[in-house]
Amino acid sequence: MDIFANIITPQTLDALIKFGINVAIIIIKIAVVLGIGLLHVAYATYFERKVIGHMQVRLGPMRVGPHGLLQPIADGIKLFFKEDIIPAEADKPVFYLAPVIFMAASMINLAVIPFSSNFVIANINVGLLFIFAIAGLGVYGIFISGWASNSKYAFLGGLRSSAQVISYEIAIGLSLVGVMIKAGSLNLTDIVNAQEASRYGMYAIPQIVAFVVFTIAAVAETNRTPFDLPEAESELVAGYFVEYSGFRFALFFLGEYIAMFIMASLAAVCFLGGWTLPWYVTKALPFLTYVPGIVWFLLKVYAFIFFYYWIRATVPRYRYDQLMAIGWKILIPIALANILVTGLVKILV
Amino acid sequence: MEQVEKIFETRELNVNMGPQHPATHGVLRLVLDMDGETIARVTPYIGYLHRGIEKLGESLSYFQALPLTDRMDYVSSMSNNIGYVVAVEKLFGIEAPERAKFIRTIVGEMSRISNHLLWLATHALDIGAMTVFLYCFREREWILELFEMICGARLTVTYPRVGGVRNDVPQEFLDSLYQFTEEFPSRILEYETLIDQNRIWLKRTVGIGVISAEEAVNWGLTGPTLRGSGVPYDVRKHAPYDAYDKVDFEVPIGTEGDTYDRYRCRMLEMRQSNKIIRQCIEKLPPGPVMADAPKFTLQPKDKMMPITHPTQEHAFFIVEKACKGCGMCLRACPAKAIFGEKKKPHTIKQELCLGCATCYVTCKFKAMTIVPGGKGLSDEKLAELAATPLPEEIAKASEYLVKHFEFIRRGPKVPDGEIYVATEVPKGELGFYFVSDGTGKPYRMRVRAPSFVHAGVLPRLSVGHLVADVIAVIGTIDIVLGECDR
Repeated sequence: MDIFANIITPQTLDALIKFGINVAIIIIKIAVVLGIGLLHVAYATYFERKVIGHMQVRLGPMRVGPHGLLQPIADGIKLFFKEDIIPAEADKPVFYLAPVIFMAASMINLAVIPFSSNFVIANINVGLLFIFAIAGLGVYGIFISGWASNSKYAFLGGLRSSAQVISYEIAIGLSLVGVMIKAGSLNLTDIVNAQEASRYGMYAIPQIVAFVVFTIAAVAETNRTPFDLPEAESELVAGYFVEYSGFRFALFFLGEYIAMFIMASLAAVCFLGGWTLPWYVTKALPFLTYVPGIVWFLLKVYAFIFFYYWIRATVPRYRYDQLMAIGWKILIPIALANILVTGLVKILV
Repeated sequence: MEQVEKIFETRELNVNMGPQHPATHGVLRLVLDMDGETIARVTPYIGYLHRGIEKLGESLSYFQALPLTDRMDYVSSMSNNIGYVVAVEKLFGIEAPERAKFIRTIVGEMSRISNHLLWLATHALDIGAMTVFLYCFREREWILELFEMICGARLTVTYPRVGGVRNDVPQEFLDSLYQFTEEFPSRILEYETLIDQNRIWLKRTVGIGVISAEEAVNWGLTGPTLRGSGVPYDVRKHAPYDAYDKVDFEVPIGTEGDTYDRYRCRMLEMRQSNKIIRQCIEKLPPGPVMADAPKFTLQPKDKMMPITHPTQEHAFFIVEKACKGCGMCLRACPAKAIFGEKKKPHTIKQELCLGCATCYVTCKFKAMTIVPGGKGLSDEKLAELAATPLPEEIAKASEYLVKHFEFIRRGPKVPDGEIYVATEVPKGELGFYFVSDGTGKPYRMRVRAPSFVHAGVLPRLSVGHLVADVIAVIGTIDIVLGECDR
């Protein structure tokens, strides 16, 4: 008894309660973020269809609900009740695992994204590296699905995608090194704070080269047009998830849209100042300071996502070898040069 | 080094592309042997859409085979119809009136525009530019609505006829079409802003599927696929038919013979077609739209049958005395309603008779009689009616009806001989070869389909390129499998 009495002192009890409250807060935060994430995916598809529809002189979804607002929900229900077809020749356990890996890898990243100055599930110091590490894991989902489907189209799609994601990850990483140098931190919250304190209020202006490289590489990283080769429908039918149907297909879909969200938030956090506004804007229009930070954050994210859609409606698709050439011969050298210049400026100025 | 190769023994990847594949434009099947993503061998397999149109043409009269041509290249059925009727007119030795020629030129060029729009739409979609697809379909819709205005059909039109066109065009059609020709050049510019100078588009099309002028001729390519290589061959210029010798237009040609040049050719061709349509509308002469050759053409019904039957259904009856029991009608009857033994008079079982008059046409001894208003009557009553002479009016009407039927069913009396006539359809040179044995049906009908020839050049164009380029190459040769397989 004595031992317990020694351990359970008022201090330890206090600590325990604090720990419990922290856990509860984190769980609530996770629930909120997950809810937002899933809702985002549902309505990102709606947003995409509407935007592209209007760009292509048509209306987009109009039938389910007013202006088709319930369309994503109807789609979700449909996917949920669809037959789950598994090819006879597929490597079954791996086939089951692949979409889960893919989606989990994109979902985990939501944990370190700072939505607002005090809203982030895990405010860790290696935030940026964490995102790269996890995004690297997502490739396994793609590659495994291509391999386990035992279909040539899926296999080619899987190969293409892994090569593409790996090589563009390098470009993304290098383009963000400039940001790390300027902010002096890998913690995403610190990066935003450093931006707010900087002369231009956002790194997109001094780091414009890196921002362009990041934007291009982000499109490629998430397999969107014009770099949507892994799922080039006119060549490989649907790429690595060609054999998936029903809810497993939905998991890939979810993962892809969340990855898009992650890339857009990374752009917002690292280049566009996250939830903050540049000081010269707030000075000119002081009433804007009353708007909560999360609004600015989401506005920036959705502007970036809109840019994704805009590209998709405009340009054709690159060929596989051309895509790799852009990554290795143009983007990576430019990103390296940018690091050099940023480093020199940091030392000399 | 050899040891390394032994350990890493590589095999070619064999991929079956099609017949169900989003980019093979129908049911083309390509078996690709690939080294990684590089194409080592391409083997096209065709025939999934074979319907025996050439053979069917031999068992139908010249008039009846016309709708078959709609089903060949269903994307530009109007041009196919024109190709067919131009060939048949030449065989008959008749000529369509001036107005019909101009109308046919107009609809032929409309069909060229709609075909090129569909080609551009799918070609761009295959390469990944999805917005071009919908822009093209917007204008194509307009053309299809105009087709609907003149003949009621959007896709399988069957509007041109041997000796002219089915009916004159309404004024509102001409007005709407003229407005189209005014707006269309700006719409072409709209497509071009999206892809013409787009770096990605250039990267995907320049230098892909190159074929030299000499080789293109040797492979038998025609149409824009040939002209992209710099050969200015166009049937409309070299052997003008319809009103092409009366309008002013150019034949755009390329220089390099790659996918981009063929794309440019077709884009320029759309502008030329637009120009032709405008000129034709401006020059459209008044007059009839059907040649005055009653022996060879389908005249309006009231002209072919000045007197028609009162609305009562007829029956057929075999006159016992005249019937020799030859069995011709027995074999010909589609409903198997005729019974009887050889060398003995036959009888018709009226319940089974369809009233199709096949037996009437077959009978060589005039034993088959037509009894107007005889449907549902007993055999005795029919015999009585058949024996009594008909009132003159009805007899005359019956005669017209039977003549009309016979004319459609058997076709006109055609001069002997053989003929090959080519026309320039959007895809290339569409040729019809007829061998006539003097009856109303061709002894042999052969179609020289450009898609068939172009499908053959696929391996030549795509070997050595990557998988993605095969898609671009399929698009650039512009094939429709309905025409290729026939």
